[in-house]
Amino acid sequence: MRNTLAETGAFFPRDRSWHPKAFTPDYKTSVLRSPQKALLSLSNTVSEITGPVFGHDMLGEMDDDLIYNYAKPGESAIGERIVVHGRVLDERGRGVSGALVEFWQANAAGRYRHKKETYLAPLDPNFGGCGRTITDDDGSYAFRTIKPGPYPWPNGVNDWRPAHIHFSIFGHGFAQRLITQMYFEGDPLIPICPIVNTIGDPEAISRLTAPLDMNNTIPMDSRAFKFDIVLRGRRSTMFENRKEGN
Amino acid sequence: MAQALNMLKESASQTAGPYVHIGCTPNFTGIEGVYDEDLGKVMVNDDTLGERITITGRVIDGSGTPLKDALLEIWQADHKGLYNSPAETRGLADPNFKGWGRQPTDMTTGVFTFETIKPGRVPFVDGRMQAPHVTFWIVARGINLGLNTRMYFGDEEEANAEDPVLARVEHRVRVPTLIAGREGNTYTFDINLQGPNETVFFDI
Ligand SMILES: [Fe+3]
Repeated sequence: MRNTLAETGAFFPRDRSWHPKAFTPDYKTSVLRSPQKALLSLSNTVSEITGPVFGHDMLGEMDDDLIYNYAKPGESAIGERIVVHGRVLDERGRGVSGALVEFWQANAAGRYRHKKETYLAPLDPNFGGCGRTITDDDGSYAFRTIKPGPYPWPNGVNDWRPAHIHFSIFGHGFAQRLITQMYFEGDPLIPICPIVNTIGDPEAISRLTAPLDMNNTIPMDSRAFKFDIVLRGRRSTMFENRKEGN
Repeated sequence: MAQALNMLKESASQTAGPYVHIGCTPNFTGIEGVYDEDLGKVMVNDDTLGERITITGRVIDGSGTPLKDALLEIWQADHKGLYNSPAETRGLADPNFKGWGRQPTDMTTGVFTFETIKPGRVPFVDGRMQAPHVTFWIVARGINLGLNTRMYFGDEEEANAEDPVLARVEHRVRVPTLIAGREGNTYTFDINLQGPNETVFFDI
């Protein structure tokens, strides 16, 4: 899977002004769940630089196809059929191979399959809403699904989430761990969503917005959206005069 | 003008939301038949070396209420202090211990539980040894960027006293927020998001 030596450098510090702040009162749940004291900055030790490996052999055949992975034999999920594809890169622009990418979403009507979900839109008996894959040598990944619907949520009295897919990404080091969301180009709900707007920089929001990619559609079957994900980069250890861990 | 550095920006984080379990622990939320077993659920097998321990606790919000929708991941060394990772340069870790676990908090009690082993010591950047510790990552609805902290072991007083990371905690009254008390083979580690006992969270 990897034909180069594993990298062992520390990760670049996170730009915490680019990420959402912890305390974002327009997203009300953050008020009581945001740490209020300063974070303690910690140079990466071997505990942060290392991380587990996930092999392709753990994947089931249908893990990357949400149209079929919960459907009864001969049936499929209802909705607009799409392919989501892209690359997992690091901040140096290098593909991250072997990254575990997990995704979950509401169905075409905007309803999640979850005990605590209360939205009145119907469940799709053929749609579970979860999938996963592992990136190739160049960091690329792809999966097939249906386009999720937007849904209302109890924050303001009339707040709606734009259509989105949740992503969890596991790179090579535990300090790279990231959860984010993918939005769809042109959705008018994006600029008025309190969760989207926990991010201050419009450029950071546009990087989470997947464009329609007509060159990667499956003709007469599925449209495609391209979504690249960037994880933290590592310092080079080329000129380190101190051997890591010694 | 100068050449551009051409660095990319890390993708901005977004909250894991209330339904993180659909994606990360689908069997736990009743979505069965897609994955055989939830990833990270089991950390040890019969051949795993080291002392068996249980780590349990809650993630508590600013009103004192445990979160019932959080997801936690832990990452730790094996019994000898080696990480099961390609980035580990000091030797080969126990092949029967991945060192990584993932657990949701219980939907009614808010309690999380990891069945694992006690890790050995690993070095700090300058070569001094750190006290045994487990790295935590916590996500949930209302948490915009995953929180990182560490759990140290209450029965490792000597090692904790010389730990270079604990030594960095300026307000010494906050050190106990990182140390789990031991009762039998169980360590209890409550994580407080806010309040007078707010857990020390790290920018790693
Ligand atoms: Fe959602």
